[in-house]
Amino acid sequence: MTETMTMAKALNEGMRAALARDSRVLLMGEDIGPLGGVFRVTEGLQAEFGDKRVLDTPLAESGIVGTAIGLAMSGFRPVCEIQFDGFIFPGFDQITSQLAKLTARHEGTLTMPVVIRVPYGGHIGAVEHHQESPEAYFAHTPGLRLLSPATPHDAYWMIQEAIASNDPVMFFEPKSRYWQKGEVDRESAGIATHSSRVVREGTEVTLVGHGAIVSMLLQAAELAAEEGTSVEVVDLRSLSPIDFDPIVASAQKTGRVVVVQEAPGNVSVGSEVAATVAERAFYSLEAPVLRVSGYDTPFPPAKLESVYLPSVDRILDAVDRALAY
Amino acid sequence: MPYTAATVQLLSPEGTLVHSDASEQYLPYVDKLSDDALQEFHRHMVVMRRFDIEAANLQRQGQLALWVPSHGQEAAQVGSALAAKPQDHLFPSYREHVIALMRGVDPITILSMFRGLSHGGWDPKEHSNFHLYTLVIGSQTLHATGYAMGLNLDGLAGTGDPDKDTAVMVYFGDGSTSQGDVSEAMVFAASYQTPQVFFLQNNHWAISVPVSRQSRTPLYLRGEGFGIPSVQIDGNDVLASFAVSKANLDAARAGEGPRFIEALTYRMGAHTTSDDPSKYRDNSELEFWAQRDPITRFDTYLRGRGASQAFFDEIAAEGDDLAADIRKRITELPVPASSTMFDNVYSDPHPLMDAERAALADFEASFEEGN
Repeated sequence: MTETMTMAKALNEGMRAALARDSRVLLMGEDIGPLGGVFRVTEGLQAEFGDKRVLDTPLAESGIVGTAIGLAMSGFRPVCEIQFDGFIFPGFDQITSQLAKLTARHEGTLTMPVVIRVPYGGHIGAVEHHQESPEAYFAHTPGLRLLSPATPHDAYWMIQEAIASNDPVMFFEPKSRYWQKGEVDRESAGIATHSSRVVREGTEVTLVGHGAIVSMLLQAAELAAEEGTSVEVVDLRSLSPIDFDPIVASAQKTGRVVVVQEAPGNVSVGSEVAATVAERAFYSLEAPVLRVSGYDTPFPPAKLESVYLPSVDRILDAVDRALAY
Repeated sequence: MPYTAATVQLLSPEGTLVHSDASEQYLPYVDKLSDDALQEFHRHMVVMRRFDIEAANLQRQGQLALWVPSHGQEAAQVGSALAAKPQDHLFPSYREHVIALMRGVDPITILSMFRGLSHGGWDPKEHSNFHLYTLVIGSQTLHATGYAMGLNLDGLAGTGDPDKDTAVMVYFGDGSTSQGDVSEAMVFAASYQTPQVFFLQNNHWAISVPVSRQSRTPLYLRGEGFGIPSVQIDGNDVLASFAVSKANLDAARAGEGPRFIEALTYRMGAHTTSDDPSKYRDNSELEFWAQRDPITRFDTYLRGRGASQAFFDEIAAEGDDLAADIRKRITELPVPASSTMFDNVYSDPHPLMDAERAALADFEASFEEGN
């Protein structure tokens, strides 16, 4: 049986389930208590589980991540909320130099079950530092895992997958999708760990993306279909490790791949997908793998974000270019 | 002269007990100590210094890539560590070699890091809750604070049960006090009233930069600024280090919140063996601190209490034995198998690790005879 809910609610329900299942799970972050977070994703959880399970912290991202590490050392499973994508950098050192390396430094005797939730991406018309897509920094860091759901159903299950992980997980939440509704099946068996998924089948071009971009890829595929082009869409879901098999299989089928992301394209998750497809599907390709991304500039003022961010038109333009080879 | 009237000193550089306004409340902790217990303080300091000298020699002889000397800081470290209970968790920086040894870490494990064979690797659970070294300056203060937050959440402080109540002690240096993480750790500790002691070894130098560049205020007053009761001690006085640490750990374990101790000490050697202190500090300063050596004054004190020459000979021999032991074993340490690089990056299975491990194994196998 499925229920209709927003992604924000699905994340809330996923965390509620995790808090109820395991008394060692803690939520911590800025304004996540009575306010329920600036996006209300943790709404009602402190009232339900108390302020020893859902902690409003001082306003310090390095402090949040650093103390979460200590809490994990003492046997807890902290889930940290970073308020906005662009505010993660004060915590970057603790994430990359400590959190990501502690299991290796301990030669495997210490697990680091810490989740760091990051609302990310554009399309909300916000001020500087509030619309960024910093996932590549973390995908580049050994020791971390990265997940990013595109639908409420995936969000409900993937946040629980992240909390159950014994490794640190960066959980990137596409904030422009928080209020989009979708069907959530709480009775299903969940989803396979770190799996990508074909969300629309097609035969001529493969579009690959993650997070908020996935719904745009589906729109592009629909418009392309009206013009007679059959487009397949793959949702990465996991950015580290990337589940390449479905992507490579799709590339072998269609021969043309376009990778789309909000983040700047230079040295990005999309670059890795392009390189791996080239390595593993070389003889199937009819065109070079193309990328559509945010430009390699700082995220611009909001009135320019529609220019900066990938759009359906830019995606269809890339589809046309791929087909022209 | 860094000491002030507020600096707690129980044993003077001349080796006599100090009775002052600052010392009075702490002297009872020392009065309870037996001669055997006091000799144990000395044994740790003397053996440690011998280990430190040997490790520096091994570096000079090419057996270690680097050594981080602790010469001069023995009293701060030994006194505070002996004040901790077995259940307390100690988070070091990277110069607390003697505490590692006191908590059961094989000294060869410490040396293996500086030989380039590991990044630490002991299990704190198996080594009396002595956590791994942290090389990024000040980062461990947040880990310690988080651990102490966990103790509070688990109800392991302030219960009144002396075997159950637990505290955390974190070691850091004067340079690290300029790091944001140290300030954030004190913010969180004060906010959540964690059962922990911040133990600052002010050795007066952050590599080549004097503490005057880090702070215009005595560093223990920083703690006060965060709402943490703070005290400054003569860190070259092992009795002050022990007594003040014990009083503050007791308070932390009792659920009275965090405490801050600034131990005034001095790094007699280089920051590391890569450094040349003669380029940035005067011999007169070194001479000042040599007069306040932690081992010399305690030696005098113990002899005044009637310790026998046999005791001093015995601990000197113990230090020599340890030096000989590490000198022998250091060259016997094996280089880890290359595949171990991939083994513990993640706790759960990871396809990229599996693929790269297999690729490296195939590559290495391609050089074997017959391939």
